[in-house]
Amino acid sequence: MTVARSSLSTSEDGTIRGMEAIEVTGLRKTYGGRDAVAGIDLVVARGEIFSLLGPNGAGKTTTVEILEGHRRRTAGDVRVLGEDPGRAGSAWRARIGIVLQDAADAADLTVSEMVGHVAGFYPDPHKAGEVIERVGLSEKRNSKIRTLSGGQRRRVDVALGIIGRPELLFLDEPTTGFDPEARRQFWDLIRTLAADGTTIVLTTHYLDEAEALADRLAVVAAGRIVAEGTPATLGGRSGAEARVSWVENGTARTEQVTDPTDLIRRLVHDGADLSTLTITRPTLEDTYLSLIGASR
Amino acid sequence: MIAVSLSRGHVELLQFLRDRTAVIFTFFFPALLLLLFGTIFGSTSTEAGVSVSRVFTASMIAYGILNTAFVTMGSGLAMDREDGTLKRLRGTPMPAAAYLVGKGLLVLALSIAEAAVLIGVGVLVFDMPLPGDAQHWLTFAWIFLLSVIGCSMLGIAVSGLVKNARNAGAILNVPVVALQFVSGVFIHPMSQLPDWLEKVASIFPVRWMAQGFRYVFLPDEAKVQEIGGSWALGTVAMVLGAWCVIGSVLCLVTFRWTARDK
Repeated sequence: MTVARSSLSTSEDGTIRGMEAIEVTGLRKTYGGRDAVAGIDLVVARGEIFSLLGPNGAGKTTTVEILEGHRRRTAGDVRVLGEDPGRAGSAWRARIGIVLQDAADAADLTVSEMVGHVAGFYPDPHKAGEVIERVGLSEKRNSKIRTLSGGQRRRVDVALGIIGRPELLFLDEPTTGFDPEARRQFWDLIRTLAADGTTIVLTTHYLDEAEALADRLAVVAAGRIVAEGTPATLGGRSGAEARVSWVENGTARTEQVTDPTDLIRRLVHDGADLSTLTITRPTLEDTYLSLIGASR
Repeated sequence: MIAVSLSRGHVELLQFLRDRTAVIFTFFFPALLLLLFGTIFGSTSTEAGVSVSRVFTASMIAYGILNTAFVTMGSGLAMDREDGTLKRLRGTPMPAAAYLVGKGLLVLALSIAEAAVLIGVGVLVFDMPLPGDAQHWLTFAWIFLLSVIGCSMLGIAVSGLVKNARNAGAILNVPVVALQFVSGVFIHPMSQLPDWLEKVASIFPVRWMAQGFRYVFLPDEAKVQEIGGSWALGTVAMVLGAWCVIGSVLCLVTFRWTARDK
């Protein structure tokens, strides 16, 4: 109870605590004297798609597993849907959904059997058939999970994660092993869930995925958050200089400018050949790599 | 809670029956051992005039239960921890008890089937007569239940020591096989053992399980072959009950949802 009170008292910005889906202050997790998570502060608003990026071993999965209630923390204050995941009970678990990263369970059950079985744990689940349809596995409903491809197996995990109508869904590297088409379909599914008001926490290695889906993202490196923002503004991306390249009289030219408008107006005025013109800003990947590089 | 537990028991059983290797190993192996032992030594009779194959049949029920309760529970739990079953369930509102009840239902069903197979071999192959009175069957029921519960609890407790699920079967079979040699299952009567070994073996439940099942399926005269010359059913109940308690305590202390924090 004292933990809850201290969380309430730290609210100085006038917002009512508990409105956010996730609030984390000073989270630390130590394994044998080494900090896997070295002080993370995080707020995820309700209805938001929030993405956690970072290299392997950065502490993403540890952080998410603490939020899911799978791991105990060493220190810090954590509220997920208003409760401490380390102590929350089954009513709280009925409100969250977890899509596991590397589960190989239930291999001898069929898709229908497993989804129907897990549906029975929740007070108000979706119909198993509808969820199987939604993840695009209707044709495989009577196949044993053992016989599915890697991407299909992950879609079963997604079905199991959303069967209980979660308010908050955790997705840990969900599209590993998907082919490009399956990834696009999966993204659409995530967008529909978000449109229904589901809060989504996504960890991923794929920067295009984070860019396509996330409202907000944070980059974790060496157990700390090194940058936080929207995909467009992360790490000062929007303010970065644009790189304008074109060919003039057979020579490649490049200029770095904050706003390319004037430069292009001048080029048009000079009658330069603009068929080779390109304007690039740092990609999310460039920004990400420089962020995690800087933290090392 | 009841519906969820039954649902767990149902999928446990479905998964077990679909794994043919497990089915064959669990049911066929004890039956095969019984056929071999019974055939090799079957022509002889004990001092009490009971054929050795009958003695083996009764004692082997203890082995069957070790197999279906201790080994199945222990390796099943280690496997569930490794393949993500437990992690998955932990992330749902399913109560932890429903998982264990589900496993318990699986173990109970397998143990009943195992006992039926072994008794069937005894009756059909070795002409073992079944007890005709309710009192022997009642004794069978409580020895059977205490054995299944105790062995299951110990299986759960030991599963926490298994680091790699693939090795679970091998690790769990070490105590199973060793105890059978010293508990009067493979080597009977136990009085052939050195005195100290007999005392050590008597600490563990297997001796008392086998002795209890011999009471059920052998004529009363056969008790002269037991240590102390009696069936000692009171001690059977006490030791098995004690192991149920010890096993439950160990479970509460050692049960983990996931593999150890790295």
